[in-house]
Amino acid sequence: MPRYLRNLIIALVVIAVLIGLDFVFQGRMLNPYFVRILMLSGIAITLAVSLNLINGFTGQFSIGHAGFMAVGAYSSAYFSVNYGVNLANSLGGGKVGWVVALLVSTLIGAFFAGLAGLAVGIPSLRLRGDYLAIVTLGFGQIIVVFLNNIEAVGGARGYSGIPIVKSFFWIFLVAVLTIVIVYNIVNSAFGRALISIREDELAAEAMGVNTTRYKVMAFVISSALAGAGGVLLAHFDGYLNPKSFEFIKSFEILIMIILGGLGSIVGSVLGAIVLTVLPEALRGFAEYRMVIYSLLLIILMITRPQGLLGSTGPLKAWRKRRKLTAENAGGGPAAAPTSPSTVATQPERPAPGGENLR
Amino acid sequence: MLTLDNVSVNYGAIEALTGISLHVEQGEVVTLIGANGAGKTTTLRTITGLLEPRSGKITFEGENIGGKPTHKLVAQGISMSPEGRGVFANLTVWENLQMGAYLSRNKLQIAADMERAFKMFPRLKERESQKAGTLSGGEQQMLAMGRALMSNPRLLLLDEPSLGLAPLVVHTIFQAIDEIKSKGTTILLVEQNAHAALGHSDRAYVLETGRIVMEGPSKDLANDPRIKEAYLGE
Repeated sequence: MPRYLRNLIIALVVIAVLIGLDFVFQGRMLNPYFVRILMLSGIAITLAVSLNLINGFTGQFSIGHAGFMAVGAYSSAYFSVNYGVNLANSLGGGKVGWVVALLVSTLIGAFFAGLAGLAVGIPSLRLRGDYLAIVTLGFGQIIVVFLNNIEAVGGARGYSGIPIVKSFFWIFLVAVLTIVIVYNIVNSAFGRALISIREDELAAEAMGVNTTRYKVMAFVISSALAGAGGVLLAHFDGYLNPKSFEFIKSFEILIMIILGGLGSIVGSVLGAIVLTVLPEALRGFAEYRMVIYSLLLIILMITRPQGLLGSTGPLKAWRKRRKLTAENAGGGPAAAPTSPSTVATQPERPAPGGENLR
Repeated sequence: MLTLDNVSVNYGAIEALTGISLHVEQGEVVTLIGANGAGKTTTLRTITGLLEPRSGKITFEGENIGGKPTHKLVAQGISMSPEGRGVFANLTVWENLQMGAYLSRNKLQIAADMERAFKMFPRLKERESQKAGTLSGGEQQMLAMGRALMSNPRLLLLDEPSLGLAPLVVHTIFQAIDEIKSKGTTILLVEQNAHAALGHSDRAYVLETGRIVMEGPSKDLANDPRIKEAYLGE
């Protein structure tokens, strides 16, 4: 079967499944509280996977993801309130109209977040080292100050009256798209260049990789996807407040990808779900909730410093095991990789992110 | 082929290179020897555009390349095996070699180059699907050299290829250098191991505190009493 046909079929199946699940969840067959957490997990997945592209795969430490999310959220919300409603109505006000309006709104959010990424990335990514962390931290703070003072979007009171789109389909479509985009980037020549920058920037440069340009490109894509995540959040409750984009939010996303394992997409998805569900699941402990939550995180980081899935996904690890067993059975010279010395040296090299965190 | 004319480089206020001039001709192996801190790595970094010369001129095949970004030099035919090897630890040997051919789009050419690298270093073939970070120091050096050759450079810059390696492995590395030379690639070799470097090169320059203090055919330098005393420990 040609590749595009296979991909098309997979895409159709995914969309069909999402529509089916959407139908189930909208139909209130499940506890709405559960559905709400599920949807928040979907938004968290978008944010975590997009952050992993720059932090986990490219090895550039960004800690202002909430800032880009805010840019996407507010710009799309502004559009939806002032033009989106009219656009939907002019297209008949039916389902088609809203889909178009929401699509445009998402693109606008992603575009402006990407633009902010470009503005932050170009000056700070020309340098090597930890400058990006400082600049992105500053950017996150500046955005919040700005939003608190822009009357057009409600200032510190918050921005209300945004059309509400609590759609499982929409949220998970964006999440799946984010995963597909990041997965394809990482497994392309472009992705290998990004990973080589993470491994050794100087050597990557010596291979002919224009490192500054690649870092900026990865950063812009990551920011734009974070913006799309922000769009989802803006339309989720129909209300935005600058407070929810403070640096605590950036750290929450950072914890998700570190917990899941830097440089692992499946890990980011897992981390996003765990960190969204965990605080809710611990509600029974009342005031001890956050204490237990923090303790669990500390224990996890002590026992698995490379994160839940480290730098390789379970699928990749499984494939590798299978390949090695096959080669061993063949008795070829490739038996060497399974020698104990390989296994023994593994712990000396923690997940790439470990180096960034020192 | 490569000419440095009166090049000076500063780290801030400190002068690291003071008006050095050297040239490398087509097909030669030229070595740059000197003690720690003499400016060997600084010289290479300046050639590869990681440092910008304060004054002086660097030309490669007639074109001024002073201050040109590193990634552009690869396309021009200069390839570098960086100091400390700089292999991509979390990529496999195969992926590392692929990165070496990053600018090439010709898959057949890449496959042929890969075969050539495996022929030169059969150990790499054995470890093809292993992560580079799990290789021994010598294997990592072989990988770094194999990777640098993947772009089919006309000029290969090697920064301390024998650093921290066992004598037997050093021997293998220098054999590879002879082989690369015999296939027509020009090499500029920076080495602390003066004995091996002089034995496997055509000409040599001796650097001392940012100045070239001696130059000449490697054979002559290896027999020079001053070199013998200062660098060969005789």
